[in-house]
Amino acid sequence: MPADSSGASTVKRHPLDVRVAHWVAAVSFILLGLSGLGLFTPGLFFLTALFGGGETARWLHPWLGLALALSYLVLFIRFIGSCLWAQEDTTWMSHLSDAMSGREEKLPEIGKFNPGQKLYFWGMALLIVVLLVTGVVIWQAYFSTLTTIETQRMAVLIHSIAAVLAILGFIVHIHMVTWEPGTLRAMINGTVTGGWAWKHHRKWLRQVTGTKH
Amino acid sequence: MTNLWTDIRSADLVIVMGGNAAEAHPCGFKWVTRAKAERGAKLIVVDPRFTRTAAVADYYAPIRPGTDIAFLSGLIKYCIDNGKVQWDYVKPFTNAALIVKEGYGFKDGLFTGYDPAKRTYDRSSWAYEIGPDGYVKVDETLAHPRCVWNLLKEHVAAFTPEMVERICGTPKDKFLHIAAMVGEMSAPNKTMTSMYALGWTQHSYGSQNIRTMAMLQLILGNVGLRGGGVNALRGHSNIQGLTDIGLMSELIPGYLNMPHDNEPDLATYLKTRTFKPLRPNQISYWQNYPKFMVSFLKAMWGDAATKENDYHYDWIPKLDKPMYDMLLAFEMMAHGEMNGYVCQGFNPLLSISNRAKATAGLSKLKFLVVMDPLDTETANFWANHGDFNNVDPTKIQTEVIQLPTTCFAEDEGSLTNSGRWLQWHWAGADPPGQAKGDRWIMAQIHLRMKALYQKEGGKLPEPILNLDWRYKDPGNPTPDELAREMNGSALADVKDPTDKKKVLVPQGKQLPSFAFLRDDGSTACACWIYSGCYPEAGNAMARRDNTDVGDAGLFPKWAFSWPVNRRILYNRASCDLTGKPWDPTRKIIEWNGTMWTGYDVPDMLPTAKPETVMPFIMVPEGVGRLWVAGLMADGPFPSHYEPFESPVANVVAPAVHGNPAARVFAGDLKDMGDAKQYPIVGTSYRLTEHFHFWTKHNRVNAALQPEFFVELSEQLAKAKGIANGSWVRVWSKRGSIKAVACVTKRIKPMTIDGKTVHMVGVPLHWGFMGVARKGFGPNSLTPVVGDANTNTPEFKAFLLDIEPSTPPSV
Amino acid sequence: MASRAMNVVRTSATSTANAQVTFHDEVVKLIDVSKCIGCKACQTACLEWNDQVLDIGEFTGSYQVPSDLTPSMFTLMRFNEWENPKTGELEWLIRKDGCMHCADPGCLAACPAPGAIVQYDNGIVDFVAENCIGCGYCVKGCPFNIPRISAEPAKAHKCTLCSDRVAVGEGPACAKACPTEAIVFGTKPDMLKHAAGRLTDLKSRGFDNAGLYNPDGVSGTHVMYVLPHADQPELYSDLPRDPRISPWVRTWKGATKTYTSLAAMAVFVVGAFVHHVGTGANRVSSEDEEKGRRVIEGRD
Repeated sequence: MPADSSGASTVKRHPLDVRVAHWVAAVSFILLGLSGLGLFTPGLFFLTALFGGGETARWLHPWLGLALALSYLVLFIRFIGSCLWAQEDTTWMSHLSDAMSGREEKLPEIGKFNPGQKLYFWGMALLIVVLLVTGVVIWQAYFSTLTTIETQRMAVLIHSIAAVLAILGFIVHIHMVTWEPGTLRAMINGTVTGGWAWKHHRKWLRQVTGTKH
Repeated sequence: MTNLWTDIRSADLVIVMGGNAAEAHPCGFKWVTRAKAERGAKLIVVDPRFTRTAAVADYYAPIRPGTDIAFLSGLIKYCIDNGKVQWDYVKPFTNAALIVKEGYGFKDGLFTGYDPAKRTYDRSSWAYEIGPDGYVKVDETLAHPRCVWNLLKEHVAAFTPEMVERICGTPKDKFLHIAAMVGEMSAPNKTMTSMYALGWTQHSYGSQNIRTMAMLQLILGNVGLRGGGVNALRGHSNIQGLTDIGLMSELIPGYLNMPHDNEPDLATYLKTRTFKPLRPNQISYWQNYPKFMVSFLKAMWGDAATKENDYHYDWIPKLDKPMYDMLLAFEMMAHGEMNGYVCQGFNPLLSISNRAKATAGLSKLKFLVVMDPLDTETANFWANHGDFNNVDPTKIQTEVIQLPTTCFAEDEGSLTNSGRWLQWHWAGADPPGQAKGDRWIMAQIHLRMKALYQKEGGKLPEPILNLDWRYKDPGNPTPDELAREMNGSALADVKDPTDKKKVLVPQGKQLPSFAFLRDDGSTACACWIYSGCYPEAGNAMARRDNTDVGDAGLFPKWAFSWPVNRRILYNRASCDLTGKPWDPTRKIIEWNGTMWTGYDVPDMLPTAKPETVMPFIMVPEGVGRLWVAGLMADGPFPSHYEPFESPVANVVAPAVHGNPAARVFAGDLKDMGDAKQYPIVGTSYRLTEHFHFWTKHNRVNAALQPEFFVELSEQLAKAKGIANGSWVRVWSKRGSIKAVACVTKRIKPMTIDGKTVHMVGVPLHWGFMGVARKGFGPNSLTPVVGDANTNTPEFKAFLLDIEPSTPPSV
Repeated sequence: MASRAMNVVRTSATSTANAQVTFHDEVVKLIDVSKCIGCKACQTACLEWNDQVLDIGEFTGSYQVPSDLTPSMFTLMRFNEWENPKTGELEWLIRKDGCMHCADPGCLAACPAPGAIVQYDNGIVDFVAENCIGCGYCVKGCPFNIPRISAEPAKAHKCTLCSDRVAVGEGPACAKACPTEAIVFGTKPDMLKHAAGRLTDLKSRGFDNAGLYNPDGVSGTHVMYVLPHADQPELYSDLPRDPRISPWVRTWKGATKTYTSLAAMAVFVVGAFVHHVGTGANRVSSEDEEKGRRVIEGRD
């Protein structure tokens, strides 16, 4: 039986490719956020200094966007099966306050991802598609002639709104990681402790261990 | 120009016909916009295409290329029929009342005296009737059937608005609209200015196109007035200077004639040119011809030219043909009769009609010298450039010598503009590379030839050995020295003819004007009309005082205007018979009771009484010519003929298609296409983005109009299946070219004599050298036929066909 | 005109970008379409004064060359052949296109780079290449489709109204080169007066709808047109009838969007913190670990 250094039992949660994709997505998201916010409002233009100035931020941002989109595509393929809506998810959602208060005993047993994670997954997927499409439309260097300027005006507004929503989601995502200790390791060494799995994703634990309820 | 560029601002009506002033003369066109904005003047454009001038016109009417005489004859008829004649001007100031001698006639398109074998007229029947006093007979009542006015009425009788529409394709209502606008200008205080260019000259009857307008302007009383006149827009900053200085085979400077071989001595030569007045008290200024000619000969050979040796008139070459024009030169080359050619600032491979003939001619030369600041197509006529110059260099033996010269901005000197202003300019840059000034090159050739003659002798070396060449640096005469020579100087004291003790100009001094020229060898003057440009006081051409004296738009202190700084020619006619301005608000000069005074140099002896001496001092009659007795080769009146290649028969004279007196060589006549094979009218023109074949060497110009195209109507494009921006092939009997199609609403099919006629416009700025895209020009298509008087080739009206095509091979 | 120091009144991506400004000694370039002969002297002068090199392209079926504004061609004669249905006559409408120097410039409002676009107190709107990041937001901000972005380096380009010439008392190069005085330059009152004279002339020639194009939607412009058909500005190669900064751009660059977004982010961060502190971390207990172990070992 696998165990970690503290002696807790462990269970494999994320294989290497998923973890790599996640961190590529995470890093590019953060850089996108910083460079994007730099162009988002003059008050944050100073953020572009992190990239060596506005010009670099401007040309780097769309390439980072591609990196995010590609890495998220990997995550999407790997996670979609686990992110389909399950029956218990609806029940879980109706007990959202319990979920947010950590009263998981009042919740149904949950698979690999809880409904909040699933929503984040689908939400991010949608937002990244929106950001990608609108981003290409306003990618001045290569695609400025493909669409009308009026389309680009819409695109740039939608892009910024989508980005804000993604950042809000991202805040929740980070918060959840810190709120549920033991989560981050899933994306570092790929494992979680048996207790973490028992507590948060019992159904998944049973599935990966082949045991029945 | 009878007037000057800045004077156009004083017009009430501007008619641009036979030109495209906004496009080809954009800077001068400023004065049209001024006239419109400041005087409320109207602008009429009559042109086969809706041009950029038409874009700012008040009224535009289309016209088929080559039918201007019919249109203008129609206007003359309209004015006569509708009382739009300024009689107080026409009666005293034109030859309307003069009587033509019996025997003159005009029938079926031919004037009396035609010799079909020689294609020339015996003009003796076109003379005036001379009375017993030796002067032309006059009938001031205009009742005499052979007075000019009645002959004119009869001559234009056929040109009703319906006939104009039938020939020109100009809808009747449009013609009448224009006729009404033009007719208003017969009021004494209204003037119309005519602006024309190569749209009138480049026809087999080009000179007569211009004459018809001159006649109309005389009838309207518009010649000699501010905002009036007949104004040639010269196509080059100094082409006026070229003709003034006599750079044509039949001219010597100042519009003196090159002698013919039947004029062996000076007396014979002068006899037919020293015109005596044909009416009492008239000036007939050409009476002074001997003074101009002798002073010219003195400028040529200095001390060697003496009274005893006829001022060495014998050293002037004598013509055996009317002229050795460009068309004749290439005809001779084609027949191996001309073996060497010096091309100075000229690109004939793209400029002369029928490029195939030009290539053939150049290929037969022993040597070709090209003096040019640019690497011209002519200098590279032997090089293969794919479809653009499809020659086999191995078959061409011509030795080509290129002598790179300076551009205008790299040299100083004067340029003579359309308004006859001699404007001095200074060098703005040093010549690049091995480029040398034209004067240096010519002087070096002269000195070397002179040395060879000195050493080896040869036939008639004297004209060259004795050429007056007293320049500070004989190897490089300066513009200043040449300008002083053109102005003329006193070789001996010039004395007052009425008081021999009074010295008017001391020996060695510059002459104040040509009034001081003498025919006794005491003055030298290389170009009499330029005399006064460089008087003792200094270079008048360099004056830059733009004071607008009297707010008259004449700027008399700016540069120098020939003759004698006169800004408006025939300005005496701006006043009525008593010497009062027709329009006091547009005074030029007036008679103050004892002399002529005003803002301009009077075109009249200062003390000549207004009621006695008539305004047109250069002609023996003293009056403007509605009828030209002897000068025009193709008739005393202009007559409508078809272009040599035209889509319809000549409806007014079916038996005589084209101008019967136009010069055309037998071989070229065979190269004329007919409307069955080539149903579409072609015309050629400039575009404002370019200047000739120069600016395709300039990046900015080339970028702003990069590629050769031809223009055609939407209707023709549809009929031929041609898309805008696609490649087409255009061909005539003489050649075939490829171009990008410009399908436009600015060209419309016309109905000519009941038949639909299409037109294709061919601009001229492309070749195979320079930085613009390689292309062709109209001269690959145009026929070789010259105007009867000037031999200017017929570039503006020819026949072609068009079809969709593929890009040319490079 | 006298030379005069030009003071900056608006700077992109700073607090002044959307401020109310007061102009002094406003200048106007007045383009009289009715006098324009389409000679392209303005384009030539523009290329030469600004030391720009234009590629030698192809003829595409119109005198309009290049076919559009480019990063090096700041002004362009646009040609439109129009058959006037009222008169049945062809009119060749030629309009010199280029920056309108709006009083309320959309480019400046849209620009994210501080100091990349400035507006001077005489009304000239100028791009400052060293501050430009080449993002193309000015293109989206402009209601007239004027700025063009060059490839390398990526910078926005447009007519400067020859601010360098104006600063030393000269008029713009295009006005200097225009042979027919279709382009004139001077103080705003002078130009309005000149335009009024032109309109009187045009109306006397039957252009009843002649008018001055100085659109209110952008609070007026410092390049104005005298149009014979001012009732149909779109005839002149799509000159906008009622140009204004697009509502999309207004929303995008508006304070509401910025503050709402930043506030939302702040609320989320604070909310997360409060949630964390309030509920405490959702830790895995040793009991859970034990249960988990048992499941893993298959003992459940």
